Amino acid sequence: MKFIKPAQQNPIDQGRVVGKPTTRIDGPLKTTGTAVYSYEWKDVAPNAAYGFVVGAAVPTGRIRSFDLAAAQEAPGVLDIVTYKNAGPLGLGDFNTAPLLGGPKITHYHQAVALVIAETFEQARAAAGLVKVDYARGEGVYELSDQKDSADPTDAAPDSSQGDFQSAFERAAVKIDETYETANHAHAMMEPHATIAVWEGDELTVWSSNQMVEWGRQDIAKTLKISPDKVRLVAPYIGGGFGGKLFVRADAILAALGAKLVQRPVKVVLQRPLIFNNTVHRPSTIQRIRLGASQDGNITSVAHETWSGDLEGGGPEASTQASRPAYAGENRLMQTRLAVLNLPEGNAMRAPGDMPGSIAIEVAMDELAEKLGIDPVEFRVMNDTQVNPDDGKPFSRRKLVECLQRGASEFGWEKRPSPPASKRDGRWLVGMGVAAAIRGGPATKSAARVRLESSGKLVVETDMTDIGTGSYTILAQTAAEMLGLPLEQVEVRLGDSSFPVSAGSGGQWGATSSTSGVYAACVELREKVRMALGLNAEAELNFADGSVSDGSAERPLTDALATGPLEAEGEIDFESRGDDHSYFTFGAHFVEIGVDVHTAEIRIRRMLAVCDAGRIFNPVSARSQVIGGMTMGAGAALLEDLHVDARQGFFANHDLASYEVPVHMDIPHQECIFLDGDDPLASPMKGSGVGELGICGVSAAIGNAIYNATGIRVREHPITLDKLLDQMPEPV
Amino acid sequence: MRPFTYERATSPADAVSKAAGRRNVKFIAGGTNLLDLMKLEIETPTHLIDISGTGLDQIEPTEDGGLRIGALVSNTALAADPRIRRDYGVLSRALVAGASGQLRNKATTGGNLLQRTRCPYFYDTNMACNKREPNSGCAAIGGFSRQLGVVGTSNACIATHPSDMAVAMRVLDAVVETQMPDGATRSIPIAEFYELPGGAPYIETVLEPAEMITAVTLPKPIGGKHIYRKVRDRASYAFAIVSVAAVLQPDGSGRFACGGLAPQPWRVEAAEQLLPQGASAAAQRLLRDAQPTEGNRYKLKLAERTLAAVLAEARS
Repeated sequence: MKFIKPAQQNPIDQGRVVGKPTTRIDGPLKTTGTAVYSYEWKDVAPNAAYGFVVGAAVPTGRIRSFDLAAAQEAPGVLDIVTYKNAGPLGLGDFNTAPLLGGPKITHYHQAVALVIAETFEQARAAAGLVKVDYARGEGVYELSDQKDSADPTDAAPDSSQGDFQSAFERAAVKIDETYETANHAHAMMEPHATIAVWEGDELTVWSSNQMVEWGRQDIAKTLKISPDKVRLVAPYIGGGFGGKLFVRADAILAALGAKLVQRPVKVVLQRPLIFNNTVHRPSTIQRIRLGASQDGNITSVAHETWSGDLEGGGPEASTQASRPAYAGENRLMQTRLAVLNLPEGNAMRAPGDMPGSIAIEVAMDELAEKLGIDPVEFRVMNDTQVNPDDGKPFSRRKLVECLQRGASEFGWEKRPSPPASKRDGRWLVGMGVAAAIRGGPATKSAARVRLESSGKLVVETDMTDIGTGSYTILAQTAAEMLGLPLEQVEVRLGDSSFPVSAGSGGQWGATSSTSGVYAACVELREKVRMALGLNAEAELNFADGSVSDGSAERPLTDALATGPLEAEGEIDFESRGDDHSYFTFGAHFVEIGVDVHTAEIRIRRMLAVCDAGRIFNPVSARSQVIGGMTMGAGAALLEDLHVDARQGFFANHDLASYEVPVHMDIPHQECIFLDGDDPLASPMKGSGVGELGICGVSAAIGNAIYNATGIRVREHPITLDKLLDQMPEPV
Repeated sequence: MRPFTYERATSPADAVSKAAGRRNVKFIAGGTNLLDLMKLEIETPTHLIDISGTGLDQIEPTEDGGLRIGALVSNTALAADPRIRRDYGVLSRALVAGASGQLRNKATTGGNLLQRTRCPYFYDTNMACNKREPNSGCAAIGGFSRQLGVVGTSNACIATHPSDMAVAMRVLDAVVETQMPDGATRSIPIAEFYELPGGAPYIETVLEPAEMITAVTLPKPIGGKHIYRKVRDRASYAFAIVSVAAVLQPDGSGRFACGGLAPQPWRVEAAEQLLPQGASAAAQRLLRDAQPTEGNRYKLKLAERTLAAVLAEARS
């Protein structure tokens, strides 16, 4: 089904199920420990052997030799996978670094061996006996040192409009500042894990992966087998945040290991390995120049960004955040990519937009102050209903409404002025604001729906639920379309034997996959019509388990006389066209306290006001947004993979030394969604909201710290050591 | 994790006799640190003696008006004990500032004193570490050192001791009681319990092989205002960047010790004499011999300002 915009009135508009606050239907399974995660599939492979990964001890270079004798002879050991017995491997379309290293080493903790044994403990003990002799190579690890050698990249082409240089020179008020953001780890709760089972030349992997079809294709490509021979199963995923968009070493090594020992093998990436073995959000250096007229109209915007990755990798495309953000005719957007020998950089929640939003939204705060204009007002003044990057109107842009609603709900008028003027006990108190702007992409997504004789409606699609609430919104969609109660819908996800969905990533999952189920349900409704001989011209009304064409009303189950009714459908967004710009918007407000003595920074409260058209489920949408806000708080205050440029690795590679927020860091969060539909976006008349939570929130925290202390830190995370030297003497 | 054998001891005497003369043996109680280190092969004992059944889980009054805390008293039980809360508030506060509820339920008093450092290079067995592997070098010096020590360190090791409890014990002049395989016992003032790293950072305490901590005794209460101030990036479940344990008297005199700065709880009695002059003078004396790295120089100022916060709290 092609999406023809604008979406006309359709059954989703009834709003009996879609749009209602609905607790997640998979919640009881998760809270009782009965949702089965990748490492836990006991019944599919009761005889599974255990693999333990050995990571490279050097960041670059070559393996001279292995000494595997002691490990091979250790109790319980079945065999050891290395590049020497793995056979030739391909490189997945979405991988930069090979998932099994050797003889060449591409990065620290790249997998070089998988020790397989009868028990996990035996595999781990034997892994400690694997001896690898390396010839360490040369490498470069510091982005700041490689900045000048960084190149333009096709992955994020430069662009310009008007004449930035002369407009900026003429601007009455301007800023020219450089911002830095850190390397971030996804640090999802469930580590990467896979069970691999071969039956003849057919491979089934139970693997924690956000994108089932991409994963199936890349596993096949890496193993040099046909994709038809690979089945990937991932019904439950304990968080991914982009770190599980692509196939990782656990899947490939489990498959290689299972082939080698001729029995199922399970592999989990051990936590201290994950930080350097997998991928991370690359650090950035960003220069922002903004020029405005004396009365506060932005005339010139330049955003230059630098990041690094392995040879052949991609940039952290931070200019994305500035491109659609604010008016200003004269623009310059530049992305430069350096080669670094660190682990592979890749997508993490709102890639590009998130670090980019730190730079542009702090810069906006700085310029607002220079102009003497309230930062909410300054953003409102420079709002635009046309994307200044491509000249197309936004399908829906309610940024001004989000800012104004938020200011009113948050009590923005009480923001301390001037900075560093409010004290509450031991705390200096400040408030900050930032806009949240994030693309609203939609992509092809298919589903199969089946009305069974019991009256149950089964939905099958290879969509994943990475903790986002996919199960629930897909069930809501199907229930709405067929006029059934939610409990009568069973959703089955995350299996490559199901129709190919959009998968979970880039904020496209919710709108695309619900639209795919919508499309399948439209087909099923037609089959019901035919089965019951209802009026072909009339509009059907599916409600309360019955269907009516206006003259006759029949129970749905009457349509099942000849057996279950099944339909497949696919939504195709190509026809959505490129005459609009599709984005989602929000505003973040944060109140912060900074300890007057120690400069410890503590969040006091946070508010996000978001708009993405129709919100399919306010409960799960809220969870998405507050989760993003929490992760953004981590980026603002804590999270920093520290590069040790002598060793060529991220030094703090466990969860004790890479700190993410805990409950006490997030005392109070609120999330408000504006009402309204976006019929240009999808038949569901809404877009995903997940990344609005993380875009801009770190900047709002930085701006609040400035408001509290009068100290502007342009290097995130903002930790107390960066404030101490400038902290006022406590009185 | 290397394979190991395991047995249970029934009494302290049984435990030390089981350990006597054996190499690569470790006592295990809560195991909250040791097991993690074994999984990473940072600790590689070949034999474990479980002492959790040795009965050392009581808190009893001593003859001179103090308390004797059995080595197996959990961090949770110790923090919650009404006598500790009343007379040794700094200890109770330090305990609850550490770890998480689950860990404090399992962690013991003796084990807490013997925690190993959280230096990231100690934790990565590919890295040189004189503490983990004698004479292998120190990758932390010149590396990522934001969390690491500024004073009492050496050119062989800049690790810190991670315990909060031990900082409070140091300010309270606790005494560590031990038992030896020959039946002898020792009472070691906590000021003498830890060894500075020097050239041998793998030696962390004065405990001898097979010597077991049986109790920690606290002298009789000294009154005063008891404050434990722990500074960290996140609000909970993080090791101290800097902490201050202090017992301050109404006349402005007092004691204080710091965590997060040194390989052991850092207390300099001469610095305490300067408390009436304010935080700056006392902190400067405390850190007179500091040798910070570029990455942790901020701890000097932070320690001074944290002490100032403690003094302000005591006045309020």
